[in-house]
Amino acid sequence: MDLQINVHHLTRVEGHGNIVIDMQSGQLKKAQLEIVEPPRFFEAMLKGRNFHEAAIITSRICGICSLGHQMTSLKATEAALGLAISEQTLKLRKILVHGATFQSNVLHALFLAAPDFLNVGSVFPLINTHKEVVLAALRLKRLANEIGELISGRAVHPISCVPGGFTKLPTNEELAALREKLVTQAIPDASFVVEVVASLAGAIPDFVRETEYISVYSPQEYGLYDGQICSSDSGLHPVDDYLRVTNEFIVPHSTSKHARFNRSSYFVGALARFNNSSALLSPLAKDVAARLGLQAPNYNPYMNTVAQVVEVAHCVEDTIRLIDELLATGIKAEKPNQEPTRYGRGMATTEVPRGILFHDYTYNRQGQIEKANCIIPTGQNLANIDDDMKKLVPEIIGEGKAAITKKLEMLVRAYDPCISCSVHLLDVQFDE
Amino acid sequence: MSKPKVAFFDFTSCEGCQLNKLNFENDFLDMLEHVDIVEFREAMDDKADEYDIAFIEGSISTPTCIERIHDIRRRAKVLVALGQCACSGGVNAMKNLHQPDWVREEVYGNEKYRFPSIPAQPVSAVVKVDYEVRGCPMSAPEYLHIFKSLVMGRKPEIFDHAVCVECKLKENECVLDKGMFCLGPVTRAGCEAICPGNGQYCTGCRGPISNLNLEGAVEMLREHGFSETEARKRLHLFSANELV
Ligand code: SF4
Ligand code: SF4
Ligand code: SF4
Repeated sequence: MDLQINVHHLTRVEGHGNIVIDMQSGQLKKAQLEIVEPPRFFEAMLKGRNFHEAAIITSRICGICSLGHQMTSLKATEAALGLAISEQTLKLRKILVHGATFQSNVLHALFLAAPDFLNVGSVFPLINTHKEVVLAALRLKRLANEIGELISGRAVHPISCVPGGFTKLPTNEELAALREKLVTQAIPDASFVVEVVASLAGAIPDFVRETEYISVYSPQEYGLYDGQICSSDSGLHPVDDYLRVTNEFIVPHSTSKHARFNRSSYFVGALARFNNSSALLSPLAKDVAARLGLQAPNYNPYMNTVAQVVEVAHCVEDTIRLIDELLATGIKAEKPNQEPTRYGRGMATTEVPRGILFHDYTYNRQGQIEKANCIIPTGQNLANIDDDMKKLVPEIIGEGKAAITKKLEMLVRAYDPCISCSVHLLDVQFDE
Repeated sequence: MSKPKVAFFDFTSCEGCQLNKLNFENDFLDMLEHVDIVEFREAMDDKADEYDIAFIEGSISTPTCIERIHDIRRRAKVLVALGQCACSGGVNAMKNLHQPDWVREEVYGNEKYRFPSIPAQPVSAVVKVDYEVRGCPMSAPEYLHIFKSLVMGRKPEIFDHAVCVECKLKENECVLDKGMFCLGPVTRAGCEAICPGNGQYCTGCRGPISNLNLEGAVEMLREHGFSETEARKRLHLFSANELV
């Protein structure tokens, strides 16, 4: 049995990648996702930049993850310069992370992944056939943008998040109005989306490959904004150990580096978070997981899309809780704390929609970056995707080339890869 | 009249401009009544042979990009550059300030020839660009204005005054006067001074005004307490190709 598959510039993913399968006489010679996105050299750009600029620059690694990059960047800068943030800043940032997460999850699950379940090539035909759910998804997305616009000035490449706090704060009235929309609109819309996803669950391929799951973990809350590194194989690791966890290496078929920790590959993203932290989900999200038949641990990578939908419910519900806490004390006028108490190295991690993200900066005494490193979720997933394909292709080899190609495309899409992010380029050393 | 065929393409970019475009959810469905989206890789599988309007996001930064953009230009009646990466090279052009071969070698070692990279250039360095929507991300109101004008067959209006003008109209508190940095005096308007409006400084993401006096700008920033090196570095953030 010979089989050659080459999907050039896979559609409905962020960035450019090709799927290449080569099977000769029943032997799988090659099963890989080639990353062909042009590299962008961000770490090189950061060298010599002032601490005010780090988050502005790293935001441009990826538009979809711009908020997550900013949060991680600000935390790394604050750790390096010893800048404490207020409880209010912390809560506002957590709301921003929730908004960005549910926005991205809705966009991926409904607009990029769902067309596969309904056998169409894009979301556009669904505007006629499934108008109500498209509208509900658009409303959720719109509301997530409103969260971004209200608290950070702009949904793509936020403006007012700076080291030490915010340059502009929302008013109590604006937050109350947002809360109202979340309760009256986002909760029903999310529930409706859940029902639609439940009705499509039969189209999710049945495939199992147990692997290592890595995510941010916090004992107090579902790990998103901050916490330690959690591996399903080896438990908790401090953030400062991130290089030991990620072990990046170059492979010739990708402009993005690969990663491995306790095994040949590991999984990051919604399913990893769910597997490691499902006990900490909000009550509504737990109901949704039960409704969608998702139980931890789950070893089907296609279920990542379902875990994303569970998180939509969590993020909406937890945002309401955080707004209530902020309104109980009222928003206090405060300036960002930008007086460094030290200069040195700072490392930080945040969960962005696609998985665990690391930023690591070293500052000199002028508050300028000497060395920078960013490790992106999609890069960490690439080895795991290749390993999935190696197990999947022989299992479905009898289904014919068209069906195999579709399942492979769906597999890669299930990871919601963010290819622009993954080729921002890593570990540039400067010798001067 | 049949609906205009519209296509979107992405080159070296963060895809933030495309995302920003999807963010007009309210206008989005209306828009679909007036145009046919025939190609949009991020959202759909279809591919088309020709387009009335092609929107291009991102910079030209590999030999393959050059081939692709020539091909798109041949098929497109009107070509619009979306966002600063496409209009000037944007943040990508910062890498042009470093030795390209050396940077690649640091990253990929002996494998560097597998990943060719050329200086990041604006789309207009390779093919004719009919209209530009500046900004990083591209300014939403400006995009809608150009989009609607083209669909209705009108000539869009182009801005060439400084962000400060818009900022003063909005009656924002001047961040430069508060001791912060700001590139509003030398940056091209069209964003409604959204950054100073949010208490943040203008990073110059829409590129310099056409009659920029670079030395004057550096001097102005020096008077506000920023060293010449710092001023130049920040001016280069989004405009390395235009100012170096
Ligand atoms: S101009 Fe900015 S927002 Fe647009 S693609 Fe380039 S980096 Fe992203
Ligand atoms: S804040 Fe910046 S853009 Fe606004 S008036 Fe002052 S210098 Fe000009
Ligand atoms: S204020 Fe400056 S940095 Fe902000 S959007 Fe306008 S031109 Fe860009």
